[in-house]
Amino acid sequence: MQQYDLETDGLRGLNAALQAQAAEPEHTAWEVLNPRGSHAIAVGLNAPLDVTVRGPAGYYCGGMNQQANVRVQGSAGPGVAENMMSGRVIVEGDASQYAGATGHGGLLVIKGNASSRCGISMKGIDIVVHGNIGHMSAFMAQGGSLVVCGDAGDALGDSIYEARLFVRGSVKSLGTDCVEKEMRPEHLDLLTGLLERAESDAKPEEFRRYGSARKLYNFDVDHADEY
Amino acid sequence: MCGIVGLFLKDASLQPELGSMLTQMLVTMTDRGPDSAGIAIYGTEVPGQARLTVQSDNAQHDFETLAADLSRALDTPVTGRVNGSHAVLSLSRDYSGAARDMIRALRPDIRIMSDGDVIEIYKETGLPEDVATRLSLAQMGGTHGVGHTRMATESAVTTEGAHPFSTGADQCLVHNGSLSNHNALRRRLTREGIRIGSMNDTEVGAAYLTWRMREGAMLGEALESSLADLDGFFTFVVGTKDGFGVVRDPIACKPAVMAETEQYVAFGSEYRALVSLPGIDTARVWEPEPATVYFWNH
Repeated sequence: MQQYDLETDGLRGLNAALQAQAAEPEHTAWEVLNPRGSHAIAVGLNAPLDVTVRGPAGYYCGGMNQQANVRVQGSAGPGVAENMMSGRVIVEGDASQYAGATGHGGLLVIKGNASSRCGISMKGIDIVVHGNIGHMSAFMAQGGSLVVCGDAGDALGDSIYEARLFVRGSVKSLGTDCVEKEMRPEHLDLLTGLLERAESDAKPEEFRRYGSARKLYNFDVDHADEY
Repeated sequence: MCGIVGLFLKDASLQPELGSMLTQMLVTMTDRGPDSAGIAIYGTEVPGQARLTVQSDNAQHDFETLAADLSRALDTPVTGRVNGSHAVLSLSRDYSGAARDMIRALRPDIRIMSDGDVIEIYKETGLPEDVATRLSLAQMGGTHGVGHTRMATESAVTTEGAHPFSTGADQCLVHNGSLSNHNALRRRLTREGIRIGSMNDTEVGAAYLTWRMREGAMLGEALESSLADLDGFFTFVVGTKDGFGVVRDPIACKPAVMAETEQYVAFGSEYRALVSLPGIDTARVWEPEPATVYFWNH
């Protein structure tokens, strides 16, 4: 296990050391000490590493991740796992705004609550939130799944394309062109797998599914008010 | 961007540390706002006494005989305490209104930063650490306070444009965001007799709350109505004589994080600002909900 103390050794050194593992990982297990809410911890990784951040992280932790497992033992600031391509980011506390935004792949797990705009413009990432999510989540979501074990805030899935949304609790309001959909066996299978990988013991049958009504795909003057 | 910090102490034993805790929080937020910095600090009340914080670019000249001149003009005792470019004048509460007018007559170049029973406001352009050092902010004690580091967007980088803004006795406001209807509101509030000294959007926000409270609203109600009447993006942190409030607009894209322990309530634009506070590892930490008013009172 490689230990890296952010307080004494600085952020650039950490990301350089982790990114240098991309060619051929020499050390796969890393522990980051004293994060103290620092921004951009463990960003741009592209190797099968296990990185544990011991404490709260600031903005953009685990951003652009490929292959690595990043675990934050605390809360995460805005933009955690933004634009993730593959791998896994787990936040054991709460996450701030736009968690998992624009992610193309991989799995983001938030064991606490996520704030507003969770999964905004998600493009294939899977996000599982054990708690609640805030308003405007999955805005313009294009692919992947967003699983919420708690409640969702206002305007869930506004202008959504093809992402799948599963919510166990209440939904304050649905955004434009987002509707509740039937939960079919293939969705229960998908959800079962996601919950298992996300270390959640929630029951798939307790969830409701939401997705795009596909009315805004093409311009229709009858829907002009909704654009 | 701008950075905001705030600290409301529940545990009186921390009061001597208020200035140093706030300074540390403020300096951490330098990269959110390197243009200017300011702090409002609420001290201990002296019965019957009001205090006015004033600022001057020619402090040495302007402050030399200010307290004596004011005392003579008002025919009441006035004491002065100079702190760099700022001075705090103490006098009988009955004379504070007259003192404002008299200061304008005696020293037209002096800016009145705040007045009230316990509030003192210090603000200057420059890096937060330099401002804090020049004004010895770390040595100040008090019951609660707010701070601001500014990245100027809506008006010039000047002392007038720095936060906090105070438009009523013991009131202050710091803001991260930008208001889009501040010009129309400024005209309306000016017609209502609210004094607005700068072209800054935040001062209009402060003046709006002062006006609402003058009309009879409690601070919580004034903050509620700001959600309907102010357009734009805002995270506000406000101070009153014995209270501390937070509100974010319904879109809530400006960051905010709060922490509460048995000893204090703290606000920061980012979690980084809070990491040096005692007991932060076990504090309740949360992000304030959009369009929701939070308020604490002593």
